[in-house]
Amino acid sequence: DCCIVRFDETARLGGVIMLNNCRWQVIFSPAKSEYTFLTADIISTVEFNHSGELLATGDKGGRVVIFQQEPESKNQPQCRGEYNVYSTFQSHEPEFDYLKSLEIEEKINKIRWLPQKNAAQFLLSTNDKTIKLWKISERDKRPEGYNLKEEDGRYRDPNTVTTLRVPVFRPMDLMVEASPRRVFANAHTYHINSISVNSDCETYLSADDLRINLWHLEITDRSFNIVDIKPANMEELTEVITAAEFHPNQCNTFVYSSSKGTIRLCDMRASALCDQHSKMFEEPEDPNNRSFFSEIISSISDVKFSHSGRYMMTRDYLSVKIWDLNMETRPVETYQVHEYLRSKLCSLYENDCIFDKFECCWNGNDSVVMTGSYNNFFRMFDRGYRQDVTLEASRENSKPRSVLKPRKVCTGGKRKKDEISVDSLDFNKKILHTAWHPLDNIIAVATTNNLYIFQDKLN
Amino acid sequence: MFPKGTKRKFSDSGEEPVPSGEQGQPAPSAAARTLSSSYSLQRQSLLDMSLIKLQLCHMLVEPNLCRSVLIANTVRQIQEEMTQDGTWQIMTQALAAAQCPADRLVATEVLCRQTDMAAQAGQSPKPFSVVGLEEGYHSEEVVMDGDGDTEVTMSTLSTVSPQLSSASYLPGPFGMGPCWEEEEEEGECEEDEEEDSEECVSEGEEADRDHLTGDSRTGEQVFGTFEIKHPAPPPDPALEELFSDVDASYYDLDTVLTGMQSAPKMGPYDLLESLSSHGPTALSSSTSCRSDLNELDHIMEIIVGS
Repeated sequence: DCCIVRFDETARLGGVIMLNNCRWQVIFSPAKSEYTFLTADIISTVEFNHSGELLATGDKGGRVVIFQQEPESKNQPQCRGEYNVYSTFQSHEPEFDYLKSLEIEEKINKIRWLPQKNAAQFLLSTNDKTIKLWKISERDKRPEGYNLKEEDGRYRDPNTVTTLRVPVFRPMDLMVEASPRRVFANAHTYHINSISVNSDCETYLSADDLRINLWHLEITDRSFNIVDIKPANMEELTEVITAAEFHPNQCNTFVYSSSKGTIRLCDMRASALCDQHSKMFEEPEDPNNRSFFSEIISSISDVKFSHSGRYMMTRDYLSVKIWDLNMETRPVETYQVHEYLRSKLCSLYENDCIFDKFECCWNGNDSVVMTGSYNNFFRMFDRGYRQDVTLEASRENSKPRSVLKPRKVCTGGKRKKDEISVDSLDFNKKILHTAWHPLDNIIAVATTNNLYIFQDKLN
Repeated sequence: MFPKGTKRKFSDSGEEPVPSGEQGQPAPSAAARTLSSSYSLQRQSLLDMSLIKLQLCHMLVEPNLCRSVLIANTVRQIQEEMTQDGTWQIMTQALAAAQCPADRLVATEVLCRQTDMAAQAGQSPKPFSVVGLEEGYHSEEVVMDGDGDTEVTMSTLSTVSPQLSSASYLPGPFGMGPCWEEEEEEGECEEDEEEDSEECVSEGEEADRDHLTGDSRTGEQVFGTFEIKHPAPPPDPALEELFSDVDASYYDLDTVLTGMQSAPKMGPYDLLESLSSHGPTALSSSTSCRSDLNELDHIMEIIVGS
């Protein structure tokens, strides 16, 4: 379906938006059912490129699907286009590790775009073990008028060639090709959870449960190990790396988060092996909320620098925290995503939901942060105006051009109309992956197997 | 203090045991907590749940390391608290009394050690080997008499698995070891494959021996400090440079030594067997494995030849 959508002018101008003024309109909703789907269709990562024109998703089946935003219509310059499928390719295949008799999943854990340097687009995609650099290029012209060949490729009889001409390029139907340019393999013993491109655009890091490696984009046969937290005796292992990211501006700085709720900031200039952190961010535990699940819910599932590079955001099971890089002792802001789950932690431990890894993201000017929750809910927190909103991504509520209605979870006794009680939340419907357009108020939200794209509608 | 024969019910899974009383109040003393049967019930059920989750780890294709670590830490936490308020020893003694020594899973045998039950009674509670408690373990009745003369009756220890081994409450390696070591135990063999492969083999054997005989480790030593240990000192830079382009990940000897899910602890001959059984399969694998076969042959040579 084609949808004409409008955008919020203030977002373009970089002004702070008021969440309560936002009206999120559906510009892409799935045609697929949410109840019956293939495991391979489970979306495992969502990422906009640096201009926001392209949106990449990766799934459990090892495929990458790239959506492209239609260019602005000349008739209505204020209107931005919808997103359509641009390219689909198989990035990773399942592999079998014969030595350990274990299968290596083809699931795409992360996709990261490289900044665009020429006509082609480049992205890194990774599964548990192998990172690949993909080149996505367009072809909309082809050469015609060869002297020695027919158009279908057959060679002409030389005797029939009586004149010479210069072949010319003629337009053809757009073809988008994805080709693997580099394969970075065999550097990770444990499962890769993060990749992050450096601001120098020449190197990137990849992190698994216990180690972080630094790569050069041109060199595939070696990488440098920059963090190693593997204990000499594996029985003493109590903490793993959960996420890592390069600073957006300082090419020597990166952070990594752990399952114990700590974030370590490292400076690669200090030493080759960054086991010694430059800064460690950790919030002291609240003694009132102490339980056997305290450590599990403190485990950080995602860490993201703000675009400015001054802040970073972490997601643990129940909250989102904003940290000032200059203050290690505690976060500067904490937002409760679904505090009503705190009394349900035992059940969530039993059904393993407590181990769900939610991601989080910033909007373009770092004024709003977004993260997912259960029941296909996702949450936004406006840092400036101290507002928050809960929205739902579901097929019933996402007819094209419809505007999302804010949702509310009833935590107390009396449930108001339109509220949803905690006990009727569907914990199988979880939104783990969300992404925000770098320049506009356009968001991509992935339910288990479906992608939704919403845009803030001009009032 | 508690009536005998009181059958307890499984607590509502929605409630979680909270060690520190109500908000704002100081945590109740260890003794007070012990007396709260509801709390200890919940704690016990949480322990059972955690152990089952860890057990299932062994059956998954590739256990999620983060999840395993978090569950193991939870078990450790419970064990610490139970040790502090004395219920740990009570429980282990009760299980010892009900132990059926003949029926024991081989896997459990391998991963845990036998200890002298009498000796155990006199010692401080040993660290919990999480491999020990099999699925199906339910403690239906725990009755505690006050006044120090604790009497514990355990009924229906296991309705499912007759091979329940209470000998699993043993010092020895923390049961998580094998679960993680399936993933990849590289030890110090990362870079210096060729040079140190012999060392690695003997290291593996030593570890085996430790598993089977070492009784020296106390709870503190295994569970004592939970900080991240710094990794082993970096290998000799000259050696590192020499072997810097050796691809270590797939064919680390430690990986091979510890990577077999169900096999009992291996000596060098078992290792050889498993290597050779993998060899032909690897030949038919994708091209990426082909370059590693030479290294594999080399390792085999070292093990067998020298």
